[in-house]
Amino acid sequence: MDLGGEARSRRTDKGFTGLVTFAGLTVLIVLGLILVTTSVQAWPAIVLDPVEFLIGTRWSPSDEVFGTFPFLYGTLVTSVIGMIIAVPVSIGIALFITEVAHRRSRKYIVTIVDLLATVPSVVFGLVGSLVLVPWITPLYQWWAGLMEPIPGLSAVFAHTQTGRNYFTAGLILAVMCIPIITSIAREVFATVPEIDKQGAYALGATRWEMIKGAILPHSFGGLVGASMLGLGRAMGETIAVSLVIGGAVGMNANVFAPGNTMAAVIAQQWGEASGLHTDALIGIGVLLFAITVLINFLARVVVRRAEIKMKGAHS
Amino acid sequence: MKLNRRTIFGTITAGALAMSMAACGGGSDDEGSGDGELVSGEITGSGASFPDAFYAAAIEAYAEVNPDLIVTYSADGSSAGKEAFGQNLNDFAGSDSLVKDGDGPEADSFQYIPTVAAPITISYNLPGVEGLQIDQETLANIFQGTITTWNDPAIAATNPDATLPDTAITIARRSDGSGTTKNFSTFLDEATDAWTLGASDEIEWPATSVGGEKNTGVAQIITQTEGAIGYVDLADAAELGLVTASIENADGAFVQPSLDGATAALAGAEIAEDLSYNPLNAAGAESYPITAPTYILIRTEYDDENVAAGVKEFVNYLLTDGQDIAAENNFAALPDELRQQAIDALNETIA
Repeated sequence: MDLGGEARSRRTDKGFTGLVTFAGLTVLIVLGLILVTTSVQAWPAIVLDPVEFLIGTRWSPSDEVFGTFPFLYGTLVTSVIGMIIAVPVSIGIALFITEVAHRRSRKYIVTIVDLLATVPSVVFGLVGSLVLVPWITPLYQWWAGLMEPIPGLSAVFAHTQTGRNYFTAGLILAVMCIPIITSIAREVFATVPEIDKQGAYALGATRWEMIKGAILPHSFGGLVGASMLGLGRAMGETIAVSLVIGGAVGMNANVFAPGNTMAAVIAQQWGEASGLHTDALIGIGVLLFAITVLINFLARVVVRRAEIKMKGAHS
Repeated sequence: MKLNRRTIFGTITAGALAMSMAACGGGSDDEGSGDGELVSGEITGSGASFPDAFYAAAIEAYAEVNPDLIVTYSADGSSAGKEAFGQNLNDFAGSDSLVKDGDGPEADSFQYIPTVAAPITISYNLPGVEGLQIDQETLANIFQGTITTWNDPAIAATNPDATLPDTAITIARRSDGSGTTKNFSTFLDEATDAWTLGASDEIEWPATSVGGEKNTGVAQIITQTEGAIGYVDLADAAELGLVTASIENADGAFVQPSLDGATAALAGAEIAEDLSYNPLNAAGAESYPITAPTYILIRTEYDDENVAAGVKEFVNYLLTDGQDIAAENNFAALPDELRQQAIDALNETIA
């Protein structure tokens, strides 16, 4: 060890600080630049009619009418369907891995779930449109028939002729989000102090009571965070959704009706777009970006609240 | 660790150098071509995806004729191709539609060269019903959602012998912006009174319609959905064995989509001075009414003579020997008269 080089090592230290600060700032700079440049490019389409752009329901590039609300609606509907399926399943898998599965088989299950995350999204899309769609369409029709006499549900699950719809897109998204949510949920469950778990058992809790009483409250914040990461993926997923959503402009309460999402419409229409149409598509991108940031921010608030609540309970 | 930093720096510089060198390597090399010899170098084109199958096959065949001229064509879409053409990013552009203001290329900076044409089929999935005949007004009403079931009297009127089921009609159409949509809707717009949805790359389709990505996506929806009807190019329809309807043409005859029908439509079309033409709903008893043209845009002036010679040679190939490849890929060759006009225009534009 070189004890005489204190001045030099201080200099190195400074240099290092500068370097990592720059690295940290790069993300912010890149994000900022993306936001600025895309906003500038989207500007002509947005100022054309800002209200129409945000809440209009008519999208007609040839008439230069750009209402993006149906796409926002589609993004939300498909993401919510995806989350409703993915979150419970992922938590289940994570609990199974951390609490139930045999120590030896645990490793293999983790690998298999992680493998699911490495499948390219276009493969999910192709499997969806070639295999899932024809297979599941009769199932939708059967379910719609079953729901027909029930008011309310009959509108949500109405008759359909095609398997290319919000629900199929949601299913595909669920499968794509499961590995992300599972792996974070697993990490979160692993941080639950052993003493809490043993304490619960000592009080005579069954395994389910222990999970309910010790693991889940401790993990709430982390699980919200995991779900939000999954949601982020679901909202931004493009090609897989684009292949199974049916690409219709419209807002339909029926989840078995074809629709479109923000990311998918950009991918679909980009190639042949020109002029204002291009600007409007970029505008959708800006909107999607803003909404993703907003949702992440909200998630942070939820997590912080939950943490405060938990700390209060502990003290 | 003194050594490490230097190594890292060295690696970065080497990497940056390699990248900048790679960036420079894209241009055409300036090995001049001898008189009358085949040109060597590289030319790039981009644009319409509709004729991509033909261009790809032609480029492959051309590579055997002249391996020294490397031609690349990327099917980015007509609009993208025209825009790149306007910004001087490609050497020729493929386009299914004519150049409008704001598309990119300036007026007088380009020349249309028609290359091939292809019929757009109306394919449907209705088990037990083949050889359906659809008149133009009915076709418009089906695709704008006014006719919703297959046993509609309007369909029955032209198909007295068929037993039509009461299956609901599912409209299958493109979800991406497309020259095929443009040509199909232009046909409906020009030929019928009933059509109200306009003519464009993207149409405000009825909300119940189902969109598929590219021709293959639409073809897939048709095969998967009983009661579906959609517009698909001949190549994809033939490949997937779709059942196609006979469509009423300008002379009132019902014609199945075929390459001969398309060539007949080209012969019946009026050709403008700039070589643009409209084969939709062309006259002639044999003409298939929904025939889509496609063009290559070449520059009136090239910065690089070598590139100009390359473009000329390749486009000339497309119009001569390349025409024989068209049919193998389900594209209709140009009729001789139009082909000669195109060759003349090419020779005039690039001296």
